[in-house]
Amino acid sequence: MKKIEAIIQPFKLEEVKEALKNIGIDGMTISEVRGHGRQKGHKEVYRGQEYNVDLLPKVRFDLVVPDVRLEEVVEAITNAARTGKIGDGKIFVYDVAEAIRIRNGDRGDAAV
Amino acid sequence: MQIPFALLLQAATDMSARLNALEAAAKSAQSAGDNAWMLTSAALVLLMTGPGLALFYGGLVRRKNVLSTMMHSFIMMALITVIWALVGYSLVFSEGTPFIGGLKYAFLNGVGTQPNADYAGTIPQGTFMIYQLMFAVITPALISGAYAERIKFSAMALFTTLWSLIVYFPMAHMVWGKGGLLNAYLGGSIPTLDFAGGTVVHITSGVSALVCALYLGRRKGYPAEPIKPHSMVLSVIGACLLWVGWFGFNAGSALAASGLATSAFVATHLAAAAAALGWMGAEWLHSGKPSMLGGISGCVAGLVAITPASGFVKPMPALLIGLLAGMFCFWMVTTVKNMFKYDDTLDAFGVHGAGGTLGALLTGVFATNLINDTAINGKVVPLGLVDGHAGQILNQAAGVGISIALAAVGTFLILKVCDLTIGVRVSDDDEEQGLDLSQHGEEGYTLEA
Repeated sequence: MKKIEAIIQPFKLEEVKEALKNIGIDGMTISEVRGHGRQKGHKEVYRGQEYNVDLLPKVRFDLVVPDVRLEEVVEAITNAARTGKIGDGKIFVYDVAEAIRIRNGDRGDAAV
Repeated sequence: MQIPFALLLQAATDMSARLNALEAAAKSAQSAGDNAWMLTSAALVLLMTGPGLALFYGGLVRRKNVLSTMMHSFIMMALITVIWALVGYSLVFSEGTPFIGGLKYAFLNGVGTQPNADYAGTIPQGTFMIYQLMFAVITPALISGAYAERIKFSAMALFTTLWSLIVYFPMAHMVWGKGGLLNAYLGGSIPTLDFAGGTVVHITSGVSALVCALYLGRRKGYPAEPIKPHSMVLSVIGACLLWVGWFGFNAGSALAASGLATSAFVATHLAAAAAALGWMGAEWLHSGKPSMLGGISGCVAGLVAITPASGFVKPMPALLIGLLAGMFCFWMVTTVKNMFKYDDTLDAFGVHGAGGTLGALLTGVFATNLINDTAINGKVVPLGLVDGHAGQILNQAAGVGISIALAAVGTFLILKVCDLTIGVRVSDDDEEQGLDLSQHGEEGYTLEA
């Protein structure tokens, strides 16, 4: 099993959700996060006082998939979240040691 | 044919009785109209403090200080009301010395439904009293913009009480009280024109704000760390409520539902509009973008500047005063504040002190008896420069100077007293935690609830 952690532009949330639904992925956890990579943030001015806002709002997807589905999921997220501009975000993939469904104790691929 | 004398006499008596009844009815109708407008105006001016100023200031601070900042405004509505009822009204509006009134109306003794002809002959004195109270409430609330995010609540309450007694009541008496030093209409030796409180309200609060900002010192982290407004949305709502409430403040200062009230209403609105454009325009040219905060700050600056002039100037000068105020206050809060590095948290000095001073001086230029023909010692006199009375500008400057001096010295002494007794500034830890939790034990936004 792999855990996919995708950090994307907030306005791409619906498109990515839709893309995942279309390839049959039902489970995901979404959080609103702040951060930045190479995107430099922006300047705000309040009564002449300048502030550089470098932690920008992003949305993070966490989902765990069977190994065989990894590539198509990554591709679906990438295609849906891409604008081609700096700030589109990143995807990280981790190995998952175990997954357990709390309701009935299913383990492994059956649990995700 | 001969009409019997008795019949003629009867007719004359009837006629006179009917005339008397008609006169009484007309008087009562005027009184009803004036009283309705003045009670409405009183409510409008209260609306300026809460929720107007509470929202305007509350949105501009960080989220951890939103309640404490709103509390500063709100608590004035309670605290000043009590002081006003006990002694405040009397110290301002009963006759005394040129500097402070007496105790004739202490505990609101004799302040009821009968008019006080010295001030407003067509409305109950109780209406006049409650209307003037709302000015005494908002003035110290304006100062809170300078000490927000770092003052102890207890020190704020003591400061406000002493400030009302030592700065506001004397200043209001000098300008508006019978026999006050600066009262142009009721026997002042330096006749200053201040229709709705440019000196009394805005210069005193603005200058006191600067003294508070200097005395308390900067907030922790200012200006190196970003300290942004936590909710511009609240501030916009607050500023718009201030704009609306200001009609009660300025047009209500006519103390009657008269043509003068209309003229003050129009001047007020025009100045606010021009100032919003002035500030936003200056900002657009200066930093490339017109901001919402610029728009609302400008509108408040215009409202401040037109306050002393509103019942004396024609519409076009009102537009000009507004436009100048918007640009001048923009320069004050962006350039001058940064030059001296003082931390006037919400720009109470840059907007109220600067805008109030500009407005008070321009009143001396544009005041005209074509708008306000209230007689002084029984005759209508030329008012400002446009009436050919250039000397009025000097009278205005004297009024400005006295209010600056009283506010600066008074505020400094009061702060010293507060500092030596209870301390004015919260501890570093409390400031870091935020005043909402450290002073009041609550939070503005509880997301998990």
